[in-house]
Amino acid sequence: MPNLRQKILILYSGTPDLRSGIGAWAIYDGTGKEHHTTGDSDTPPYNSVLAAMHDGWRVIQFPQQFPAYPGMELTTSYLRFEHILEKMEEVGDGS
Amino acid sequence: MAAKEHLLSSVQMANFAADGLLVFHDLVPDAINREVMSELDEKRINFGYEPQGQPLENLWRDSKGIGAVIRMPQVQGIIESLVGPDCLYDHHCPHRVSPGHIEGQIWHADAIIDVRQHFDIQLFYYPHVTPREMGGTMFLPGSQFRRIHESDIGRYQNFVGQLPIVCKAGTLVVGHHGLWHCAQPNLTDKLRYMFKIRLNPTVRQLLLWNTSDLDDPQIPGILFRNHKWYGNDDRLEYANRIKFWRFLTGNERYDANYWLTRIENMPERVAAA
Repeated sequence: MPNLRQKILILYSGTPDLRSGIGAWAIYDGTGKEHHTTGDSDTPPYNSVLAAMHDGWRVIQFPQQFPAYPGMELTTSYLRFEHILEKMEEVGDGS
Repeated sequence: MAAKEHLLSSVQMANFAADGLLVFHDLVPDAINREVMSELDEKRINFGYEPQGQPLENLWRDSKGIGAVIRMPQVQGIIESLVGPDCLYDHHCPHRVSPGHIEGQIWHADAIIDVRQHFDIQLFYYPHVTPREMGGTMFLPGSQFRRIHESDIGRYQNFVGQLPIVCKAGTLVVGHHGLWHCAQPNLTDKLRYMFKIRLNPTVRQLLLWNTSDLDDPQIPGILFRNHKWYGNDDRLEYANRIKFWRFLTGNERYDANYWLTRIENMPERVAAA
């Protein structure tokens, strides 16, 4: 049995179009091989969600879209187009 | 009262509206920076809060370090332009990041969700040289109007356009209370300091700066500065900046590029038959 761990890549695209540019990103590596923290890179790892898919990342969550609450139409808050992607990677035997 | 020549200009205020911060590189003289470092190293400044809500001018009266920074005419001009005369001390904190600390602080905005147009400011003062490998604070320009609560944004790691403060000694950043920020890792073998003070206004924040350039033609363009992490929210941010500019200037009809005028147009006049 392969000994797999999950890597998570979160890409915040400019629009709901998976081809649109990336404004923010985060990586959480369940293999423990990579260390990521705030401010550790200035350019996104991919230019779009689709480009990440071309590299083997699986999209596991799409952002849902909701109409603005009445009175909140001009309000901004969290980044709205959050795409969560994963890769499963082998970490060796028995660990 | 700050002298007029030390007040911010309208162009600087527009930049504050667009970015949520202003950076004053190398502002504080070295002699004062050294005195601040001495006060911090010898703990001659209280690291805990002073009684909150008191006039700022009551504090650090005998200090030749932090007190001297606050009393600098240029710093007084910055403070008065944003929160007016007689501002109140909210709290302060000498932030320290230990040598070899590899974790960045998670992104956050200070205090709690705070949706006022009236705003507090925070002074972020760097008393010693801060190269990138030492940190300093990472800011996200243009994040100040986002309605989030403190570390609810902690999942994010990086943004296009994030701004690390890499600076000479004596640099001062002034930020809107809603600005997103996080301390960065310190990969050097030296302790890093950043001294922060939050201030509250006691007057309506209306035309407090040097308004002689209020009609500067650069201002609409500055208010429409796009931060590339916005994506499709950019126009909403422009609308929020226009609202903020209306608040700052008292001109409820102010607009740029017709964005609010258009959606406020609800005529009731009945056309003649």
